[in-house]
Amino acid sequence: MSAQFFKVEPSKSSSVDFTWKIGGEAGWGIKSAGLNLSKAFVRGGYHVFSYDEYPSLVRGGHNCYQARISSEKVRSQVLDVDILVALNKETFDLHISELKPHAAVIYDGRHFNLVDPTDKKLRLINIPLREIIKKHEAMEIMMNNVALGATIALVDYDFDILAGIISDQFANKGEEIIKQNIKVARAGYDHFKKNYPSVKLLSLTPLPPLPHPHQDSRLLLTGNEAIALGAVSGGVKFFPAYPMTPASSILHSLAEWAQELGLVVVQTEDEISAVNMAIGGAYSGVRTVTATSGGGFCLMTEGLGLAGMTETPLVIVNAQRPGPATGVPTWTEQGDLRFTLHAHQGTFPRVIAAPGDVAEAFEVTINALNLAEKYQLPVIILTDKLLSESHESTEVFDYQGVKIERGKIHKESQSDSSKYGRYAFTKDGISPRAFPGTANITVRANSDEHDEFGFSTEDSKIRIAMMNKRQMKLKHLDKELPQPRLYGPPQAPLTVVGWGTTKGPILEAQKMLTAAGIPTNFLHFVYLTPFPLETVTKVLNQSKKILDVEGNFDAALAGLIREKTGIEIKEKLLKYDGRPFYPSEIVNRVKSLV
Amino acid sequence: MTDNLSNHNILHKPNWCPGCGNFGILSALKKAFEKLSLPSHKILLVEGIGCHGHMVNFIETNHFEGLHGRPLAVAQGAKLANHDLNVFVISGDGDFLGEGGNHFLHALRRNINLTCLLFNNQRYSLTTGQASPTTEKGDKTKTSPQGLIEEPLNPVALAIANGGTFAARSFSGDILHLTDIIIKAHQHEGLAIVDILQPCISFNKLNTVEYFRKRLYKLEEISNYQADNRLEAYERALEWGDKIPIGVFYRKEKQTYENALLTLTEGPLVSRPLGGIDLEGVLKEYR
Repeated sequence: MSAQFFKVEPSKSSSVDFTWKIGGEAGWGIKSAGLNLSKAFVRGGYHVFSYDEYPSLVRGGHNCYQARISSEKVRSQVLDVDILVALNKETFDLHISELKPHAAVIYDGRHFNLVDPTDKKLRLINIPLREIIKKHEAMEIMMNNVALGATIALVDYDFDILAGIISDQFANKGEEIIKQNIKVARAGYDHFKKNYPSVKLLSLTPLPPLPHPHQDSRLLLTGNEAIALGAVSGGVKFFPAYPMTPASSILHSLAEWAQELGLVVVQTEDEISAVNMAIGGAYSGVRTVTATSGGGFCLMTEGLGLAGMTETPLVIVNAQRPGPATGVPTWTEQGDLRFTLHAHQGTFPRVIAAPGDVAEAFEVTINALNLAEKYQLPVIILTDKLLSESHESTEVFDYQGVKIERGKIHKESQSDSSKYGRYAFTKDGISPRAFPGTANITVRANSDEHDEFGFSTEDSKIRIAMMNKRQMKLKHLDKELPQPRLYGPPQAPLTVVGWGTTKGPILEAQKMLTAAGIPTNFLHFVYLTPFPLETVTKVLNQSKKILDVEGNFDAALAGLIREKTGIEIKEKLLKYDGRPFYPSEIVNRVKSLV
Repeated sequence: MTDNLSNHNILHKPNWCPGCGNFGILSALKKAFEKLSLPSHKILLVEGIGCHGHMVNFIETNHFEGLHGRPLAVAQGAKLANHDLNVFVISGDGDFLGEGGNHFLHALRRNINLTCLLFNNQRYSLTTGQASPTTEKGDKTKTSPQGLIEEPLNPVALAIANGGTFAARSFSGDILHLTDIIIKAHQHEGLAIVDILQPCISFNKLNTVEYFRKRLYKLEEISNYQADNRLEAYERALEWGDKIPIGVFYRKEKQTYENALLTLTEGPLVSRPLGGIDLEGVLKEYR
């Protein structure tokens, strides 16, 4: 084999940007292998965005995990693959079209034969994964580590970093297990070096340490993990939830931390119980969150209005997946915007926020907790499988600098005996909260329409006054709601509009378009209701051409924009096949428009 | 008592039908609070929806009147957030066993320290008299004009069979007995279920005051009935016919959910500071 050096992504000469993908059967530890490789590069100072695909079953079926590794910030998965680890033949067959010219394929030639049926001049790298496992009397699942070792050799990276990751992963399992895992990884590394001495895709060295305060390296985490971290940083102590993909890992993280961080985490019998328990906890004065996906949110809708009527702070995470019904459970979609905007009967104020990346997921969670308490209403955090479960490298959160704002609280010292009214009329519609147990007063929360003291009423005047009081809160909230952000030059010939997790692919596409001499700007919505009327009207009225990009069938945001501003967006790029947007798809569409 | 609200009385006059069993339950509840020396601000009543739910207006304590079927869920959340509160679930047969049946089963598994008062009039009365989960088989109602086909649920037997640690029954027409049962239920450490038989004078012509007076007998008056034998208790709970037992059927000491949580040994969650959490340990996993 002759030496062939080439740049994987010939952008800047110094920059590195490549995608590694591993595939095999569910149950083979695909995800954990992918995570280990991703971490190894984050520890070495690289940026990583990792995305995985898996079917809704535990064993068998095709799983894959792809990590995009770069010396610059990366925000999205891309279609093209530079290195494919095919643990079975199916992986090769399924992903062959994604392989770049000269891409490397690591496979076990004693398990299945490979010939390159393409004209891409693929580098087929035969590593006897299973034989190495056998030789070291290791478990079959460890063949991932052999492949990781071979990958590290292929890109000429520092093996010790990988060894360190493996040591940490098995820290609780004892020295023997650690040694064995490292040994098989090393065997993969050595096998490659010995048998493919002339093949080298890249030569990667760990990047210089990050400047203070990030010298402890970046974090690699999912949107769900960022939300869980945001929740505990924001003072959440109580988390009742029912498991549902792709929200479950919030429950897993918080359950894991419960003892260390002093939380009560309850796995409830259903989502109805989860939302009502959360409301009970919040009424008692504790910050609470619950999390689910669309199907569970259906059950929570009754609780949403209960929080609205009783003016109880409530934060619900709805991690979307393609519906309706069971839908496509382990894939992604932005199909619930209209549903969350209107869920429950009647009218009451609510906030909906859709973070676009891991860092925003952390910030939005904290802000959601503050808004819910200050304005005493439900806040829905809308994410989707792409953000919930994809790993993104990010700077360490400033969790100690988190500002906690609880809003108006009736203090015991002010207690003017029994005259406390939970729903007292005030100028801004916000009545001071008191918590049950406060001396000399009682707190009467009521799901029936009620008077200032919480007594049930059907009086026409009070009904009108209470409706107005609740809705009035939005006017004040509106003033502090973060506005949609415009990325790119305001005078660009085309404006892309999107919300939530399309942020990553759109920003990546914008970068690619800029490099191709096509400037665009991008209006990104995080907060969707109350609707940021002024900002949107101003930006879109100046736009020369608008493209709406959404991961749903019905262009919900475009509809909302038309409803609120009268502006009709004719060009739409919609996707509802369960797959996230790839930057190239957006680039192609924009190119066809300008 | 240093509480200036402690007589539990308020100005709103109950609007239940004259002769409704709820008046007896309200009296017993107030008496129980007095005997237990519970100040108003330390009591939380969590109501569901039904005639019982109007209790929110008629007694001076903390209240959360939530949605139909959900008081048990709200109450568990409120209690876990502040386990110093004395939390009572005020629910009905439709609320607790129909709409909220699932919560009942799983609350039994958890055993959180709550007192559940099940206002059982064997009807959906607020909605003008449909059959409920405890309506007797064959009974004619608006929704069972030919006679009800389904068998009634038995909340006492359900509780005993599914790990309940306190199961009792009383009668709205016997305020002294009911007061005593409420006190015992409250004193029990764990989830206490009290099935309160209650005539509905408007919509239930079968289970009247006379019907119950003829049939009820007290377990306390049975010599050697100790309420500590699950099988014996279950057998008694199934008794429904010419003789209907009231009293404490079963009582068992068992660790509560709150006591099993190490987190709560340091005091109620609500008293913890919100900020200043140290995440360094947790963040290791993400580096």
